[in-house]
Amino acid sequence: MKNSALPNRHNPFSRRNGHLSYDIAVTVLLAFIGFICLYPFWNVAIISLNDAQDTVRGGLYFWPRKFTLESYREVFKNKELIHAAFISLARTVSGTVIALFFNTLLAYGMSKKDLFGSKFFGYFFVFTMYFGGGIVPYYMVLKTVKLIDTFWVYIIPGAISVYNMILIRIYMESLPQELEESAYLDGAGDIVVLFGIVLPLSKPVLATIALFTAVGQWSSWFDTNLYTYKTSLKTLQFILVQILNNYDLGNSKSVAEILQQASKQNPVSSDSIRMATAMVVTVPIIVVYPFVQKYFVKGIMIGAVKG
Amino acid sequence: MDTVRPGSALRGPTMGERFLKSWKRHKFLYLLILPGVIWALIFCYGPMYGIYIAFIDFKPRMDFLSSFFQQKFVGLKWFEYFFTTGDFLRIMRNTLMTSLITLLFSFPAPILLALLINECRLTRFKKTIQTISYLPFFISWVICANIFLTIMSSTGVVNEALKALGIIRSPILFFQQGRLFWVLLGIANTWKGMGYNAIIYLAAITSISSDIYESAMIDGANRLQRVVHITFPCLLPTVSVMFVLAVGGLLNAGFEQQLLMSNNTIITYSDVIDTYAYRYGFGSGMYSYGSAVGLFKSVVNFIFVITANTFVSRIRGRTLV
Repeated sequence: MKNSALPNRHNPFSRRNGHLSYDIAVTVLLAFIGFICLYPFWNVAIISLNDAQDTVRGGLYFWPRKFTLESYREVFKNKELIHAAFISLARTVSGTVIALFFNTLLAYGMSKKDLFGSKFFGYFFVFTMYFGGGIVPYYMVLKTVKLIDTFWVYIIPGAISVYNMILIRIYMESLPQELEESAYLDGAGDIVVLFGIVLPLSKPVLATIALFTAVGQWSSWFDTNLYTYKTSLKTLQFILVQILNNYDLGNSKSVAEILQQASKQNPVSSDSIRMATAMVVTVPIIVVYPFVQKYFVKGIMIGAVKG
Repeated sequence: MDTVRPGSALRGPTMGERFLKSWKRHKFLYLLILPGVIWALIFCYGPMYGIYIAFIDFKPRMDFLSSFFQQKFVGLKWFEYFFTTGDFLRIMRNTLMTSLITLLFSFPAPILLALLINECRLTRFKKTIQTISYLPFFISWVICANIFLTIMSSTGVVNEALKALGIIRSPILFFQQGRLFWVLLGIANTWKGMGYNAIIYLAAITSISSDIYESAMIDGANRLQRVVHITFPCLLPTVSVMFVLAVGGLLNAGFEQQLLMSNNTIITYSDVIDTYAYRYGFGSGMYSYGSAVGLFKSVVNFIFVITANTFVSRIRGRTLV
């Protein structure tokens, strides 16, 4: 966000008035918020890297006490998980590409106001954002069109998102019309105008939508849970849900009981495995995050200003 | 294709003629819209056709498309069942309490964050903090649930730290006491959405005219005074828009969060309307009952959201033009 237009940063008065304590207070509060946002990830990371039996003793704050990669070794031994990672990747890539394609086509079609019925189509799509039939009828529809328990159930129902389509449409409407018109005058066809002129100009919003879609695909677990049965279609997130469901919350037991149980079992307890799996699922997001986050802000702004 | 009928110029083109004219010019555009229309008919309007499930006694083996014509309608039986078994009051309590407690934390937090970011003069530092602040938004609820189950458990780092600081004696049992679970959800929702929501407030702050600040400085207002008397009042329209939208969404009290973090001890508190409809619809195989609860929610929610949007356009119309 650019706030450089605001005068207070460059304002000489505030320095002269010596608002050092004010600056310190602001900085400390911001640092605290940053800590709250980041620390939970750090905590998960150190637990995943700590010796499983030692973890049960608690008191892990900033560094692993007994460093080990055993949990990760255990996680990567799991063939099911490797396959799930492949499914997650496949649905993220193909889901994003396909959704981008269909959303863009629809958005372009909807961006021309002199189209007869464009108002009707507008209401036709927007209504679906506010009202739905509910989850049971939705399931029945998926069953009727034979998507249940297929890979396509991850892709086709999400091929269009009305909200994302509207974001692209708003962006396309803001592009100068003259470019398209002159291209038509030069004899370019519809397809050339769309793919040669409009799409390249819409790159920023398309990057945003790609990001939204990819994050949504990667994060999704509920569709796997309800619409698929085959183990071959299970995703990484779903594996983690399964681990979570098997996980005893630990609240009802005393530490001694848990320790006793942990020592009987495999030295790698469910807790470290759970955290290591969580890390495996999170790290791809954290790695690409710094590079893509600016598109995210842009997308919100389009939605906030016009929507 | 068609020749224009004589006399049509006098009475103006009919709908059909206007469509044909538009069709000739924009065939390509209609072709682009077509897949979207088919998609929406199947995946959005198809489930709306399925609303009838709430009014029959639907069994898992029945055919979705033909049951509408073949099965006997049972009237409002499932709705009566929902309202008279006593579940209704409990579910509404849970839904509203979860939403309100979430609102209590998650509404002021992004405003505060946006003001702080705006006041910070260390450019790199504030950019970093902002980037970090919306990282949780990118993380799936599955991960978040794992994180919260770990750090908020009775032996987790939060309880340990509070104990070490002497704030509490015995651990706070977020996952064992229903009311505390609402608080936990409020904290989790806030943590996840704070940075995201701050973006909208920051955008609003950027659009405040610098003239106002300059004249305030000439009048000798210090930085805190400027925040209190200029930035915050200028933010109020945005704040009220966001508030109305939040109130409009009160019935959306979460779904994944509860499914992932709740447990049998607290399910009578954690069950909100969406999870309830899901659990009955699929868990117990009471498809019709689940549909009825879902439909009730959809209709009330629709009214809420439309009302909120009407208010928002009024607020915007008056203050932001």
